[in-house]
Amino acid sequence: MYTEKNNHLTLENIIDEAILLYDEKPEELIPILSFVNKKFGFLPPHALTKISRRLHTPESQVLSVASFYNMLFTKPIGRHIIRFCESAPCHVSGGRQVWSAIKELINLEDGETSSDGKWTLVKVSCLGICASAPVMMIDDDVFGNVTPERLPLIIDQYQ
Amino acid sequence: MKYFRSHIIVCNDPECVSKGSMEILKNLKIELAKHNLNNEVEVLDSPRIGSCGQGPEIMVYPEGVHYINLKKEDISFLVEEQFLKGRIVTKHLAPPTQHEEVELSTPTAKEVRVVLRNCGKIDPENIEEYIAEDGYSALATVISKYLPEEVIDIVERSGLRGRGGAGFPTYKKWYLTRKASGNPKYIICNADEGDPGAFMNRSVLEGDPHSVIEGMIIAAYAIGASQGYIYCRAEYPIAVKTLKIAISQAKAFGLLGANIFGSDFSFDLDLRIGAGAFVCGEETALIGSIEGRRGEPRTRPPFPAEVGLFGKPTNINNVETYANIPQIIIRGSEWFASMGTEKSKGTKTFALAGDVKKTGLIEVPLGITLQEIVYDVGGGIKNDKKFKAIQTGGPMGGCLPESYLDLPVDYESLAAAGSIMGSGGMVVMDEETCMVDIARFFMEFIQDESCGKCVPCRIGTRRMLEILTRICNGEGKPQDIDTLKLLSDEIKQDSLCGLGQGAPNPVISTLTHFHSEYEAHIFEKRCPAKVCRALIRYEISSEACVGCTLCAKNCPVDAISGELRKTHTIDTEICIRCGICKQVCNYNAVRVV
Repeated sequence: MYTEKNNHLTLENIIDEAILLYDEKPEELIPILSFVNKKFGFLPPHALTKISRRLHTPESQVLSVASFYNMLFTKPIGRHIIRFCESAPCHVSGGRQVWSAIKELINLEDGETSSDGKWTLVKVSCLGICASAPVMMIDDDVFGNVTPERLPLIIDQYQ
Repeated sequence: MKYFRSHIIVCNDPECVSKGSMEILKNLKIELAKHNLNNEVEVLDSPRIGSCGQGPEIMVYPEGVHYINLKKEDISFLVEEQFLKGRIVTKHLAPPTQHEEVELSTPTAKEVRVVLRNCGKIDPENIEEYIAEDGYSALATVISKYLPEEVIDIVERSGLRGRGGAGFPTYKKWYLTRKASGNPKYIICNADEGDPGAFMNRSVLEGDPHSVIEGMIIAAYAIGASQGYIYCRAEYPIAVKTLKIAISQAKAFGLLGANIFGSDFSFDLDLRIGAGAFVCGEETALIGSIEGRRGEPRTRPPFPAEVGLFGKPTNINNVETYANIPQIIIRGSEWFASMGTEKSKGTKTFALAGDVKKTGLIEVPLGITLQEIVYDVGGGIKNDKKFKAIQTGGPMGGCLPESYLDLPVDYESLAAAGSIMGSGGMVVMDEETCMVDIARFFMEFIQDESCGKCVPCRIGTRRMLEILTRICNGEGKPQDIDTLKLLSDEIKQDSLCGLGQGAPNPVISTLTHFHSEYEAHIFEKRCPAKVCRALIRYEISSEACVGCTLCAKNCPVDAISGELRKTHTIDTEICIRCGICKQVCNYNAVRVV
């Protein structure tokens, strides 16, 4: 059962696993943060404290790194994350219409998480799949040639 | 290595997988085994065969037959027809598309494939296939025949320049790093390709990772480096996967590690993955990120060749630069130097995107004109509209108008025209693109990606974005153009790194080549391309409207009124200019004015 306490234990385990997998060295900070972020969903403050102690790196520096990179989250995010490509080729081939349609469909703005904890919506820089623009990613799945009409069909696949 | 008469590639893109492509793969294997064909036909999976819109899809080689809309029940019939009887199953054949969606199609007459020569032809996850294409023979030659200085000489004579965008001579970087004192020395491959619209490096990493690894080992030998890193962006999960496999295979074959080819040269390679920051493509920011810090650029000099990763001499090149190296060694520097212009040698890959008929990846000799790229390689403008501008060099590049179409594509010519080579993004824009909106769009990107360390880039670009947004909203002031010019000059001069120094380029180039569009927005409150919402109106033509009420039914804000079979009207006070009425009208009666 989900409780605050065993949740905390899982987080400790994930951090131990990450440090074992990489190394107890300050230069492994980004791989470790990415690992914990992926497994736990985000990086809560006590995770940063613990990582900073283990790597003998000031906590301020750990936070400065965690808050710098787009793919690391210091706040809880939704079960599914929609990454919408905002680059030029997507923009000129109908991306703008798709973007307004997504915002309307799940009723979120850029960077927001829905109150039911299902969706997080973020704009990202180029995903490099420009030949199929406009492109978006939901979690690890890529969708190309997205149109406002196709959007509900894609969104409905996620629970 | 086993040989097969035929290969089937099943698309494993998430979209096709969600439609059951893995079941198709399983059934193909079962059916082939039934007919004892499993030693003649190999089944592989690979992403992005087509657009995935009609998945699951498969591709059959060597015929190049593309099947779509497959169900697992179809497989038994398909295997029998295609592989026993040699007949194509037309029912599932993909229709020829009007403009191709594939990333890498057969090269047109103007293209030359050097860096992309193996992409799509070999299995990137099998090192033996790369070796069969002369892979790692350049490395063997280098280690057995040449001294490190001789390798640098060969690269110098080839005239290869950095493909990351700046065009710094590659041999010079190598020479400086070799000469620098300090040990160990490092080499880094910059695979943090983040320019919007540029995905050339991704294709090389996903399609031919060993060419990059071989290039890096040769560079390490020439420089005297013992450890290397490939810094790949996290947005490319497939590239990360193929690189991991390629590195472990190269290690297993003894091509990485201690005493390569029995010599006393040892070199190890590791993969580092980014975490989503565009500025990490800048070399000093990238080094910071590998060290586990924020990816913030620092002032140069000292250059990484002297003080780089962990404070040691470091050589850092782009993916495409390294991928060129093995071919230069095998085919000679004279061959490489025979392509291109006087100062820009060899070929360059570009990602052609935007309003062009054939989007995707191309590789052309340098010195080709923009005209040839847009019309001969790209097939001209989509929907037979008019060409308006081509944007080269990514967000720090410039937009060039029609009068520049005969410009040769090389480092110097592009810079003289107010754009840059950049890493190789090319976005073609048709007449329906508003250049002020495009400038605003790029500035928004820069604003987002500025790391915030230096003032001109952090605050200057914000001021520019505010002005551009104001102009697009129809609230431009007469002095805005002068302010934009002033800010551009200051940001260009005073920023710390290439991102800030290049940030004003889209604005400067559009101001130079499309000045009248800025004036129309500011003084006439008009958007000539009819894009900026605040400056357009929707109107219903009384001649074309039949009064079907479709537009009124679809209008989200009830701005359209009118009776059945009578001309409708739009109340511009209520209208939010969403354009839905124009999309739904079957009689082309809605116009933008």
